[in-house]
Amino acid sequence: MRSETDTLLRKILSDVLGLKPGQADAFDADTGLFGHLPELDSMAVAGLLTEMEDRLDIVIEDDEIDGELLETYGALLDFAEAKRTA
Amino acid sequence: MKAASYPCPLPHCGSSSEYALTFDTGRTRRILLIPALLDEANRMRRFSVEVMRRLDGAGFDCFLPDLPGTNESTVDLASVTPSDWHCAMAAAANGFGATHVLALRGGGLFWPEGLPGWHYGAVKGASLLRTLLRARVIAAREAGREETADALLAQANERGIELAGYPLSAAMVRELSALVPTPRPGVQVIDQQLLGGSPLWLRAEPDEDGAQADALAAVIAMALNA
Repeated sequence: MRSETDTLLRKILSDVLGLKPGQADAFDADTGLFGHLPELDSMAVAGLLTEMEDRLDIVIEDDEIDGELLETYGALLDFAEAKRTA
Repeated sequence: MKAASYPCPLPHCGSSSEYALTFDTGRTRRILLIPALLDEANRMRRFSVEVMRRLDGAGFDCFLPDLPGTNESTVDLASVTPSDWHCAMAAAANGFGATHVLALRGGGLFWPEGLPGWHYGAVKGASLLRTLLRARVIAAREAGREETADALLAQANERGIELAGYPLSAAMVRELSALVPTPRPGVQVIDQQLLGGSPLWLRAEPDEDGAQADALAAVIAMALNA
């Protein structure tokens, strides 16, 4: 079963990427994000992180943002889950 | 739809004449739109005009002025402060004889005093700046440079900064950081749930959503026809 964080994170990515309902269901842990989706530039990633802070009620520090965090859906979800249980 | 201009005295940049897109046939209900700010302005422009077309169709005049230093303005954005934007929107409201205001996102931070209306997607100035600073940090990291948002903000407060291609003065950064949406009598705050769909200002690329424009125009038309 999908966790609440997983559901929320898929919705945030759908909003940023302008996906239709259900399209984000196809994301798996290996789905590539930053560097794989041309529309996901630095401005879009910044919006994504701010939205994650608002909707997941977490604070993301500058030094936590690196290429690995944003490379795959799985990495981003692990980060969000860890932040929410911290 | 016509291009018009409005006279605009600015505390920091002298007097200017700014462009506005208008649907004006001298009707009694006249709605001033205050655009979303900076990088969000591009992503919200089409939506703003789509809402205007619907308001026009519903029998209301409406006006979308440029904020000095943005869009077609001849004023240098680097010399503009939030108080200039505040004066400009007051001047636009006055010049076009606005009876109501529809502010989008950060545009609501420059509300002309005393007018009723609607504020869609209210946001703090500090949140807008934080996202812009973060984008710059991410872009720098990609290019192999290490920057931090805190250090950039400290520098911006002293000397100004360029964010997402927008040159912002130190005064702009300091004052915008402190601006928060204020509850006002006669102003309805409209959140995304009321319109359905997902916010267009979040999109990685400019997009449109006719259903959202329908919904926002309907909220306004129902209130004005009640």
